[in-house]
Amino acid sequence: MARYVARRAAQGLFVLWAAFTIAFFVLYLLPSDPAALAAGSGGEVASVDPALLDDLRARYGLDRPVLVQYADALGGAVRLDFGPSYQSGAPAGSLVAQALPQTLLLTGVALALAVLGGTALAVASVLPRSRWLRQVLSALPPVGVALPTFFIGLVLLQWLSFRAGLLPAIGNAGWQSLVLPAVTLAIPPGAQLAQVLSRSLRGTLGEPYVETARAKGAGRLRVQLGHALRNAAIPAFTMLGVLVGGLLGGAVVTETVFSRVGLGRLTVQSVNTQDVPVVLAVVALSALVFVVTTLVVDLLYPLLDPRIERAPTRKAVAA
Amino acid sequence: MTATTTRTPDGIEIADREDARSILRHGRARGAGSAGPWAARAGRYLLRRPGLVVAGLVLLLVAAWAAAPAVFASGDPITGVPADRLLPPSAEHLFGTDHLGRDVWTRVVHGASLSLRTTALAVVVGLVVGSALGLLAGFLRGWVDDVVGRAVDVLLAVPSILLSLAIITALGTGPTKIAVAVGVGAVATFARVMRAEVLRTSTSVYVEAARASGARWWSVLGRHVLPNSAGPVLALVALEFGGAVLAVSALSFLGYGTPPPTPEWGSLISGGRDYLATAWWLTTLPGLVIVAVVLSANRVARALETTGEDQ
Repeated sequence: MARYVARRAAQGLFVLWAAFTIAFFVLYLLPSDPAALAAGSGGEVASVDPALLDDLRARYGLDRPVLVQYADALGGAVRLDFGPSYQSGAPAGSLVAQALPQTLLLTGVALALAVLGGTALAVASVLPRSRWLRQVLSALPPVGVALPTFFIGLVLLQWLSFRAGLLPAIGNAGWQSLVLPAVTLAIPPGAQLAQVLSRSLRGTLGEPYVETARAKGAGRLRVQLGHALRNAAIPAFTMLGVLVGGLLGGAVVTETVFSRVGLGRLTVQSVNTQDVPVVLAVVALSALVFVVTTLVVDLLYPLLDPRIERAPTRKAVAA
Repeated sequence: MTATTTRTPDGIEIADREDARSILRHGRARGAGSAGPWAARAGRYLLRRPGLVVAGLVLLLVAAWAAAPAVFASGDPITGVPADRLLPPSAEHLFGTDHLGRDVWTRVVHGASLSLRTTALAVVVGLVVGSALGLLAGFLRGWVDDVVGRAVDVLLAVPSILLSLAIITALGTGPTKIAVAVGVGAVATFARVMRAEVLRTSTSVYVEAARASGARWWSVLGRHVLPNSAGPVLALVALEFGGAVLAVSALSFLGYGTPPPTPEWGSLISGGRDYLATAWWLTTLPGLVIVAVVLSANRVARALETTGEDQ
């Protein structure tokens, strides 16, 4: 077990390193001149005083060879130091750290909503005796998957904030301001989860042990929740890493729609101003979150299904 | 199982198991010529799936908007009539008008071209790069497979919208750059599916036969492996198309697409944000168009997937 954990952790570290490296070279080697970006000219070298450019290059260490810059950036990233932001001059790492708690709160609540709502919907789409009701309920997840996050946010804002005046439209104050963004953020991943879970639940209901349980007189509810759901949950559980990643991505749009302070807003601002160090820090953080989540999922597998001694390979996780 | 005679549903006994399987699956159309022609079968298939028909029609309609917008909305999408500001939907203005008095329906129809071109380019980028990587990985195996597999892992580790945003940071804004950014996000999925398919086909008997008869590796790849691996990849194209519509509209909603006067679905909705309290139609109706397109693409993808499984 210890060897397995060590191997998976090493794989995770490799993915982190590679994600950082790719992001670094994409951001630093593509057409824009970072010094011109830092000077706030939108990447146009010609419009900036050359002396200022040289000064900026020296300040951000951009006058050194690329590989030296890369080694320096990687060494810094290990210590969570991503260099100063081009925009504010504050350390990019601490900008991210400041924005993180609000986003963690939002994505945490959204994850809980998505998991509870998605599971409830999946169970509800196989549970009722009425065929018509089952069909209506199982038509919902595909619709949820097709909704753009910003559209959900705007429609909720429109009807629940502006029309009905039930909940505040913008800001980070209090739990009321968290409700709409969390619901917005939770719908697409919740629907995705419901799709996978209800498909696997339908498959599981045809298994012999379900029939056995029924034959022994277990009620409909007990068979579906007690026997089938536990086994059907395994493929859905695998998705957790993807779901959490999707929530972080969705936070970018959600925080923009609801004007919330957080990592997503910081990302949008940094992309708008081409603030490379901050973008790099955000990408590295999201890769870290994904790696940690998949690792935890892998390690928890045997608890869900004792038949799996070792967690599955990366292919099964990615699927 | 031993080879015994098999009885088809209409009571004909067939001695050979392979024949029996093929006839049970495809009907007797080929041998006996009694089943209806191809068109009739397609008709029956579609009749049982009204949702699929609607999905296909929606996609055709939107494609027609993109090809000939003036046929569906003759007005001017750029300049409005100031007197007609913020009118709610009516027979004259199906989707209402915006703050400059422009007809929203006209703007949605004219925006289809840019939105769909951006989406299509994104899917093509993902398809071409991803399939090439998956093809090489599955066919050559060894270290190429390892490298591609690792690269896919890394691409999957970063949420695709953040990956796209990183690329936009570096490249700048504009529809083409959005398309590239979204396409790169789709590379990993295409590579994975293509690799799995190629692994499946390249162990099959006909590939072995082609190799044994001395065909070069590229001709085995082009004539045998690629055509037989294409099915699931095509289903994925439809699925990724829906995903790309969402991603492209999200990025242009965030303001990384074309600057304002040009109609585009995402930026159209973003423009309606300032009038949420008063003019619901500015965001809701164009949004529903996006939802309809994505739903349709996903429905078609599911149909392609299941017919792929039958074969």
